[in-house]
Amino acid sequence: MSDIADRVKKIVVEHLGVEEDKVVDSASFIDDLGADSLDTVELVMAFEEEFGIEIPDDAAETIQTFGDAVNFIKAAV
Amino acid sequence: MFDLTGKRALVTGASGGIGGAVAEALHAAGATVALSGTREGPLQELASKLGDRAHVVTANLGDPDAVEGLPKAASDAMGGVDILVNNAGITRDNLFMRMSDEEWAQVLDVNLTSAFRLSRAVLRGMMKARWGRIVNITSVVGQTGNPGQGNYAAAKAGLVGMSKSLAYEVASRGITVNCVAPGFIATAMTDKLNDDQKGKILGQIPAGRMGDPAEISAAVLYLASPEAGYMTGATLHVNGGMAMV
Repeated sequence: MSDIADRVKKIVVEHLGVEEDKVVDSASFIDDLGADSLDTVELVMAFEEEFGIEIPDDAAETIQTFGDAVNFIKAAV
Repeated sequence: MFDLTGKRALVTGASGGIGGAVAEALHAAGATVALSGTREGPLQELASKLGDRAHVVTANLGDPDAVEGLPKAASDAMGGVDILVNNAGITRDNLFMRMSDEEWAQVLDVNLTSAFRLSRAVLRGMMKARWGRIVNITSVVGQTGNPGQGNYAAAKAGLVGMSKSLAYEVASRGITVNCVAPGFIATAMTDKLNDDQKGKILGQIPAGRMGDPAEISAAVLYLASPEAGYMTGATLHVNGGMAMV
């Protein structure tokens, strides 16, 4: 697993308090990992800080799953 | 009674009567304060009176760039913002039929839009800290209406709706959003009224007198305190009984 995916997973596990093995590429933050809409905003904020990137609102809306997040961040850094 | 040691508070309109009293009260409880206003003179005066833990961050909230820069300036000065008091307000009174678009927009910009933008800017830090206090200073006229103040009353009532919506969104993060609605308080803003106007107003106040800025800042201090953690989306009316709502 790439370094980026590890770092994203760490943030998700810490923020949502979920088991690491639940955080798979297809896992939806809201449907599978128990996030509410404000959690998703906080996750995006955390990704922005961790990777020093800007995630615009319209891009943030497309990030639904853990895999989406990793792919977006890989393309952005 | 309330201990704000280690908390960092940004107070807008701190060169005014109520804002100055709010800054003093928060500071006296141990908070570090950033004093914002348009006039640097009175702010510097207040800051030197307060001594340590007081910073001056001037900003004209009618200027969108200044609103953008203020949270950053306050954060740079204090290391963060835990408490935001949106107190800055202006009046451009006119009868509704004579009110210009400009008079309307100026009052909405300073009294409502700046509060929205400042609140949005400080929320990130509060969310991370899982603690925050936003206190918006509204007015009895936001509840009752007042002839000649269609713009001001709209902005103040708008703050209440905004506060309740935001309170819903961030309550689970330890952040509270409340309003304090002063009645007639003896400040430069109400000094502009003539004796006849004052007489009429006093006749409507069961307490029979205008309020003191310290009676408003006491309410703000409570809402800013850790003890007020279970109160959110509320408005404290401090008006001598003028409007019992």
